[in-house]
Parts: sequence; structure tokens; C-alpha cells
Amino acid sequence: MADLTSDFLGIKSPNPFWLASAPPTDKEYNVRRAYEAGWGGVVWKTLGEEGPPVVNVNGPRYGAIWGADRRLLGLNNIELITDRDLYRNLEEMTRVKKDYPDHALIASIMVPCEEESWKKILPLVEETGADGIELNFGCPHGMSERGMGSAVGQVPEYIQMVTEWCKKYYSKPVIVKLTPNITDIRKPATAAKLGGADAVSLINTINSITHVDLDLMAPEPTIDGKGSHGGYCGPAVKPIALSMVSEIARNPETQGLPISGIGGVTTWRDAAEFMVLGCGNVQVCTAAMTYGFKVVQEMISGLSQWMDEKGYTSTSDFVGKAVPNVTDWQYLNLEYVTKAKIDQDACIQCGRCYAACEDTSHQAIAMSEDRVFTVKDEECVACNLCVNVCPVEDCITMVQMEKGAIDPRTGREVGDYANWTTHPNNPGAVKAAE
Amino acid sequence: MSNSPRTDGIAPDRLPKETLAQNFSDLHPPLAPHEAHVAADRCYFCHDAPCMTACPTSIDIPLFIRQIATGTPEAAAKTILEQNILGGMCARVCPTETLCEEVCVREVAEGKPVEIGRLQRYATDTLMASNTHPFDRAAPTGKTVAVVGAGPAGLSCAHRLAMKGHDVVVFDAKAKPGGLNEYGIASYKSTNDFAQAEVDWLLRIGGIRIETGKALGADLSLDQLKAEYDAVFLGMGLAGVNALGLPGDDKTNAVDAVDFIADLRQAGDLAALPVGRDVVVIGGGMTAVDAAVQSKLLGAERVTIAYRRGADRMAASEYERELATSKGVTILTNVQPVALHGNGAVAEVEFEYTTDEGGRLTGTGETFRIKADQCFRAIGQSLTGAPEGLTLTGGKIAVEEAGRTGLDGVWAGGDCASGGDDLTVTAVAEGRDAAEDIHATLMGE
Repeated sequence: MADLTSDFLGIKSPNPFWLASAPPTDKEYNVRRAYEAGWGGVVWKTLGEEGPPVVNVNGPRYGAIWGADRRLLGLNNIELITDRDLYRNLEEMTRVKKDYPDHALIASIMVPCEEESWKKILPLVEETGADGIELNFGCPHGMSERGMGSAVGQVPEYIQMVTEWCKKYYSKPVIVKLTPNITDIRKPATAAKLGGADAVSLINTINSITHVDLDLMAPEPTIDGKGSHGGYCGPAVKPIALSMVSEIARNPETQGLPISGIGGVTTWRDAAEFMVLGCGNVQVCTAAMTYGFKVVQEMISGLSQWMDEKGYTSTSDFVGKAVPNVTDWQYLNLEYVTKAKIDQDACIQCGRCYAACEDTSHQAIAMSEDRVFTVKDEECVACNLCVNVCPVEDCITMVQMEKGAIDPRTGREVGDYANWTTHPNNPGAVKAAE
Repeated sequence: MSNSPRTDGIAPDRLPKETLAQNFSDLHPPLAPHEAHVAADRCYFCHDAPCMTACPTSIDIPLFIRQIATGTPEAAAKTILEQNILGGMCARVCPTETLCEEVCVREVAEGKPVEIGRLQRYATDTLMASNTHPFDRAAPTGKTVAVVGAGPAGLSCAHRLAMKGHDVVVFDAKAKPGGLNEYGIASYKSTNDFAQAEVDWLLRIGGIRIETGKALGADLSLDQLKAEYDAVFLGMGLAGVNALGLPGDDKTNAVDAVDFIADLRQAGDLAALPVGRDVVVIGGGMTAVDAAVQSKLLGAERVTIAYRRGADRMAASEYERELATSKGVTILTNVQPVALHGNGAVAEVEFEYTTDEGGRLTGTGETFRIKADQCFRAIGQSLTGAPEGLTLTGGKIAVEEAGRTGLDGVWAGGDCASGGDDLTVTAVAEGRDAAEDIHATLMGE
């Protein structure tokens, strides 16, 4: 069976599934249960400065969007960092780490953007025996109004500065957690690297309003008739997270910087996707909050099975394996010509492909009187919309045209690889030597 | 409970009251809101949806299901009722398994269709529970229309005419309006007096007066109606019952299934309703199934449906047949009755095996008898007392498109008219379409 043990920045854990810093990792009780359930590591809920802890709202902290059967697709929260005393958290962390030496324990920290604050807390964290720290530069709600969380994560200079302080006052690995509420994720990642970060973790939650109560005329979750944007997470954010991870993984400035992947990881497959895009491990929150800690068992068995099937013996065998295939649009092969093909045996004749293509695309699907749907190759641009709306998996597939064949839509012969950079329609095309 | 299923002869009170109540409760309980959302989410919103084509009233099914899915069942109900004003009853009694749900692409793909009937009921029940009527009348036209028969065809026609601004009087021979919805459907398909509630709700459009206890041929004549009204719609159904024409047909306790079904629907106390220990139902349609299943549910010990041809030729759908067998009814096929035996009352029914080759029914000569202290005839209904001057075809009033009869100013629809499948939903469609044609004719469009 595949070996799932993970070594991330020298931090060992029985598997690459960590719980992200969030409500599930708020205290000793939960964290012990998580380890017992099989989680490889835990990022303890974010610690704040010494003194009276922050307070949370006493109304709803979460909002959600659901599929038809109440399947939770996206969750948003307005909860702040730990609202428990710093020393209590530190004591609990020390106890837990002692009892679970083979599991990863990371301390998430968010204190004001002043060197003194960091200088003060870091030695206390060091004493707990935790394996590393994660700098919470991500939370987009509440704390950001106080100049912390995403307010820091949105200013690369601050990221670099604070990271440098952490490297100065702390001896173990420093992970910088990034906010996605920014236009170019490469900038804060680069700043973290320049500051000496051992890794970045991403994404933190996305600014969001899940619903508006149309009677109250107020956003949800609603607190006494008012609402504030929350941080969005869960399956719905995964595509955004995957893209941001890939940007960092392939950016020359940050290439090779270890990444801990976060954002809607719900199944083993999600985890594998993050990892092949360059993540050394993944962090999970919403899936655990939705289904309880037991979900990790499926992640473990699923990843093991897939690794066995593929012949991977260790997670390092596939981490980053898809990164070389993430490229810029301009390098995509314009001579790769495909046509949709409908498997008539699999087709259930719902006509969704027809409606989608006829109304919103290229009028490339014909419908006969007896509801037989066929692709008009001379119109099909291979947009894939029919595949996406078809309720039957693999009923419609994209079939590649052979080199030398004539594309009935363009009348052109399918040729060798050629991309936009050399295309005659591109004013800036680099012409081949004439 | 003084009797049991094993009490000989015809007897009431065979089952405990609680069992009876359970036996005659809703066959398909209504969907709860969450169930409805989950069921609605299974709809693919097909293009030019097959279900819609299969619906005799052409309800825009994908649209109404999407309206349910998005939390507006009232809007869904309006989508349904615009096409089928008796959408509430049709949701309960339509043989969806041979109409919309049969062609649902998910039935074709997975053998598990979207539950269109139950979703339709969810929508229409929600609207009716809100105690509103979603349609308004147009300005009065000053025209009057007589509708004969307050069944599905007549009610549908009357509502559409009233909506268009005409004044409508509906005459019905029975004591209550509703026609077969009230008198002819198994109780477990229309619980809580739904048929009357639906009529009351339908009448809220205004402009419709119902006169019960008035039968064409007895209390009314077509000539009189033609003279007094601007148009006449005939939707009086099939009041006659086909006879077996066999020796012993006149024995007591050999009765018409439709009467048994009507008595059951009108019974205040099911325990008081007598039923045989051994019941034999002759026929192969919905009426046969309804009578047989309800006999069993009332506490008959042995109930047999006997049909002269093969199961594939039965008018009752496979779903209905399975319902019957699941309740403990035995279905015999390729057996035809040859005689009813008994001393005054029926005691046995004698059958002969048949072969049905190339549509030609032949008795094999081999016979057998089944014990029966009650025998129900369910071999079809027929039109009685059709007014003179109307052309008949196949025993029904001949109609052309939109229910036009050969007579000027006279339309017909529902079971009494030619064409259609003798279904509630077909009758509703015919009444509606005739109303549109009457309106166009009266307004000179």
C-alpha cells in the first residue's frame, strides 16, 4: 500500500491531510479528537496577543449555499480568531503536542503589525513544542478592520516585513497564509519568499455575502438586521484556490516555494489535484465542519488507492506533477482541433445540449423530429458546453481530428503545433524566419 | 368489528376501523417541501420536453418543476392550471406511468422518472391551501353557455368560458358536481373530499352556476338549451354500463363496479359498507382494478380480476396491475365468463379459458368455476340518452376538431364524445379546447 507519510518543511505527519486553522482546531478537545480520527496535522486556531481575547458575535457566525438536497456547497463565516486566553491555548498546545509527537501541530498567529508584538508572542509559541507557525495574513473579516489578517496580506511589503521578524524570533518553519482577496497572488507570495518564509499556504477565505434576506433586506448571516461580509470557503472556492496555487507554483519568482493547499478540499481527489499543482500537503476545514472528522478516512483510503493504481509509492512522487502543463493561453495549440461526438446509445434525448448550443453557442447540434441529436462538424467550435450540460457522463466526448484532416468548419487542414504567438492574426506575432 | 374477512357472504365491518382508515388513506402521500425540492432537482429541464408532449393538456412540466425548485410552488401551480384547471385532481389520478413519467428521459435512462405527478400535486395543493384563485374573469361578454355535465370536461369548459367573460350554467344529473372525480375514482386517490374542494375552488372564478339533479333527456332537452343559450357544451359522460349478456347475469349480488365505486366514495362510514368474502371482478380496465383493490381493502378475503385477453391487452396499466397484486388481488387473464351460477344470489362464476391469436378471441372449451358471493361487472360504460340530431360514432357523439358536433352551436367533449382515452386529463383538455372554440365562435373571431 502507498506510503502516505508526509514531510512538509521537515515536519512529519502520518498523512498530508491537515486541519486548517479554524473553528475545528479551536481547543485541545477538538484537536485530540481530530488526531484520533486520523488527521495528519492540525493548524491551531489563530492565536492573538496576550490580554483580553477578542469577542465574537452572539448571533449566527456562518452562512451557506446549498444544492437541492441541502448539500453544502459553500460556507461563509464572520468568526474572528480565538476568543480564548492566549496562555490557555499555549498550555493546551503543549500538552497535545507532547501526547501526539508524530502528528504535526502548527500555531497560527495574528498579532498587530508591530515588531514588539511578534517578538513577544513567538518565544511563547516556541515553548509549546509546536512544529511551526502559520502567519494569518488572510482573514478578510473583522480583524482586517483592525489592521490585521487580510489587511496585512494585501500589502506585500508588510508580508515581507512580518515574515522577516518571524524568522528572526522563531527557529522553526514559518508558513505564510495568503489572502485571495487580491488581484495578483504572485505578489504576496513573492513577498513571503523574500521575507524568508519556508512556505505559503493558500487560500484563506474570500470576501462574500452568501445570501440576502429579502424580507429583512439584509445580508446573511444577519445580526440584528445587519450583516457584514464574511469569508467564503468550501467546495465552491476550490477552482479559485487551484488557480492561485498554480500561479505560485509556476511563477519563476516563487517556483519551488513549498505550498500548503487550502480551499474546498472535500475528497481525496480534491487533495490530489492540489498536490499535483504543487502543494506538499493540504489543509481542510469545511469538509470537516460539514461531515465531522471522520471524512479523513475517505481521503486516506482514496488517495492510497489512487497512488497504488498509479504506482506512486510516496506523495513526493506526484507533488507538482501537473505544474508543467499549466501554461499561458498564448501557448495553447491552435492546431488541436476537436469535434463533439454524441454517443447515441448513451444519449437519453433530454436535448440540453441542443438548447445550450442553439440558444447560446454555435448552432452546431441538430435535432431530428424523433429527438436524435447530432453534431454538425461544420459548425462545431469544440467549446465543450454540450459536454458540460449533458447529464450523462461520457455521452458527449471531444474527439481530436487527425493531423492532415480537413476541419469542415474552417476548411483548413489540421497542422502541426502552432500557437497565438505566431498566428497571422496576431499583430505582435513573431514571424518565423522567412 | 363484528365480522372478519372470513365471514361468509356479503357483510360490512370486516376490518378494524384503524385498518380501514389506513387502507383508504392517500395512495401517494403529498411531498413535504424538502422532498419536493429534491424531487424537482432531478428534472433536467429538457428541451422541447417529451413529458410535455405526452401530457394531453400540454402542461409546461419543466417550467413548473423549475418553479418548485426555486421556491415558488404557487407560480408552478399557475403554470399547471393555465393548461389544466383540474391539475389538482389530475395530479392524483392521471396514469402518469403511461403519460408524462413514461417518457421522462430519466425513466428511459434509469427506470426512475422525475415524480411529475407528485410534484404537480405539491404545487397545486400549495396554491389551493393558500385559498386563492389565480385567474380573473375578462369583461362580461353578455353571452351565455349551457354546459351539460359537471365532470372534468364540463368543469374545464365552464371555467375557461367564465374566464373569457361568458356566463355559464352547468347542469348535472347527479346530486353533486364533479362527475367521475366525485363518483368514479378509487377513494385512496382522492381523499379528504378533494373533488368537492376542487369544484368549490374552481367556481371562485365567478360566472358559473351549477344546477344539480338535472339530466338531459329527463329535465332538460337539447332543443330547449339551444334556444335559451348562445352555445351548448355536452360533457355528460357515459351513464350506461355494459352488460355481460350471460346466463345468470341477473342474479343478485352481480352488480356494476361503477356503482360499488360510487357507493364507496359517498360512504360516510366505510365499516358500514358491505363486501363479499369472495369477490370476482370481470373486466380489465381501471374500473376493474379500482373495484377489486377497494374490495380487498374493505376486507374481502379473496378478490379475483378476470380478463378475457392477455395482460398486455388490459386497459389498466402495469402500474395499476401491480398495485392490485400488491394488495392481494389475483389477476386471471385469458379467461372469459360464460355463466353466473347460484340460487338467487350469485355463488360461482364460470369461466372458459381463451386464446387470443391475431386479435381473434377463441374459447378453448375448458371451463372452471370460481366461488363468488359478489361479482362486479367492469367491462365498460356506454352513452345513454344521446339527444336526437347528433351523429354517433362508435357509440359516442361524433366530434370534429375542438369538439364541434354536427349541430350548430353544440360542442361535446369528455367520455361522451368520440376520440380521446377516456381519461380525466383528456376530458379536461377537450373541455378547455371546446371553450376556446366556443369563445372564438361567439365573439366572431
